[in-house]
Amino acid sequence: MTKKIKNLNLNFGPQHPAAHGVLRLILELDGEVVEKADPHIGLLHRGTEKLIENKTYMQAVPYFDRLDYVAPMNQEHAFALAVEKILKIDVPIRAQYIRVIFCEIGRILSHILNVTTQALDVGALTPSLWGFEERETLMTFYERASGSRLHANYFRAGGVHQDLPKGLEEDIAKFCETFPKIINDLESLLTDNRIFKQRNVDIGVVKKEDALDYSFSGVMIRGSGVPWDLRKSQPYDCYESLDFKIPVGKNGDCYDRYLCRIEEMKESVSIIKQCLAKMEKGPIKSLDGKISPPPKTEIKQSMEALIHHFKLFTEGYRVPKDEIYTAVEAPKGEFGVYLISDGSSKPYKCKIRAPGFSHLQSMDYLIKGHMLADVPAVLGSLDIVFGEVDR
Amino acid sequence: MKNLEDLEKKINSELTTKINNTEIKHNQIYIEVDKDDIIDVILFLKTNQDTKFRQLIDITVVDYPEQNQRFELVYLLLSHEFNQRLIVKYLIAENEVIPSLTSIFPSANWMEREVFDMYGVSFKDHPDLRRILTDYGFEGHPLRKDFPLTGHSEVRYSEDHKKVISEPVKLEQNYRNFDYESPWEGTKYIKEEIESNDKKN
Repeated sequence: MTKKIKNLNLNFGPQHPAAHGVLRLILELDGEVVEKADPHIGLLHRGTEKLIENKTYMQAVPYFDRLDYVAPMNQEHAFALAVEKILKIDVPIRAQYIRVIFCEIGRILSHILNVTTQALDVGALTPSLWGFEERETLMTFYERASGSRLHANYFRAGGVHQDLPKGLEEDIAKFCETFPKIINDLESLLTDNRIFKQRNVDIGVVKKEDALDYSFSGVMIRGSGVPWDLRKSQPYDCYESLDFKIPVGKNGDCYDRYLCRIEEMKESVSIIKQCLAKMEKGPIKSLDGKISPPPKTEIKQSMEALIHHFKLFTEGYRVPKDEIYTAVEAPKGEFGVYLISDGSSKPYKCKIRAPGFSHLQSMDYLIKGHMLADVPAVLGSLDIVFGEVDR
Repeated sequence: MKNLEDLEKKINSELTTKINNTEIKHNQIYIEVDKDDIIDVILFLKTNQDTKFRQLIDITVVDYPEQNQRFELVYLLLSHEFNQRLIVKYLIAENEVIPSLTSIFPSANWMEREVFDMYGVSFKDHPDLRRILTDYGFEGHPLRKDFPLTGHSEVRYSEDHKKVISEPVKLEQNYRNFDYESPWEGTKYIKEEIESNDKKN
């Protein structure tokens, strides 16, 4: 006698600790094997692009912090670069170094969170406790530079908002000395760990061709053996003058992606060190009064400075009619801004290209045929943050 | 093709009839095509040995409500091989249905769903054209320029109904849209008057 067995539909999330936020994943299960995955996203949709169309260019910056809130300044960077290219302004060299330092800090922040929570998802608790302590240190650096631990609002078109406070450079340098040991500690917990390997090796394998077709970027494409990093291939700010390597995986599975992230953190530390060594005193934002506000002291003395200040904080600066796509290598992949300006002080359109969006899209392709227990492992290695997926 | 000018020439010579205009700006190539040719053009760009735009970065729409052909479709492509970026664009009217790229790039699936959700542009032969970012049962297309910033409805938990209910947006205070355009030249209507006087003179 044959009995017809119906597939089981299961809601994974939106309130599931391994869903990394507000993902509602509808899984069709045949026993314990996943037949189909249908991610429902948008539960964190805040209409960022619409809001940006209604704000001046300076007011748009904080919205970028709230996209991928794990590495806020990397997003601001893409927007700042887009505006700078349209305005055709140069960024002082010190500002470029500061921006690169904080982007790399953002990369470390994001990778620590990802590596440790992925470990958490597959059953290891300790890494996240160790990793979060380091994240806390890094966020104090954010706070000391910008006044805010998470939503920095620090990068401006033409530079950064303010110079680093006294002593911060030394403290970041100290961190660069101690942090590699923490990476080694994390590695000693995970890299050769039998359980961690059983859960990650050969899970969620992405072939090179598919990585291209599914618009993967960042670690997702490098894990599959494509040596592609925008910091090297289309360098922005001072990345050209820095010496760093691009770690590339072989098998394109979750484990390779984990290894890439670990190596990238080490490279980031070396980039920060180089920046600190090369940095010299100097201006930290464009000196053009039409774009960057004058220092407070000058406002009391100079009529022109006062006018600039008033104009910048009411109307904002105007950006000539143009369109541009600019992308940066954010920790999660290619983060891009497609900006259309119409000559007024507000963007006409600002499309945000978030790497997580196309990564999450491939969930069905990645998880088909895997077991239910592999879902958190794959999801963890995709490095999804809902702030940027839902926008 | 290593060089952008060569690439521009190549595209123009290979696809003469299908390309309306090309331009090099900000180290990227901007191409204007016709709606019906989009599949051919994208397929050529993806497969040709000299272009190899293997990656679709994003699809988006720009809304120009005052134009007859209101929406401008924008496709962003990337070639890893030659390290180049290319932007393909075309204009469509409001109710036109356009070809889907899902057969060429699987990643176009969600991008087109997003365009459909945000702008209400429909795609032909799309396997699964549902809303993606907005709520279940949402009405309207938020990124159109005529959609108000505040939206049309808001949700709250109702103690009476013991559930989340949706009702029209009620603002305690009118939406304030400060006209900072230019405090010196005056507000918009004065500015327009000055501009029209300038034109006359």
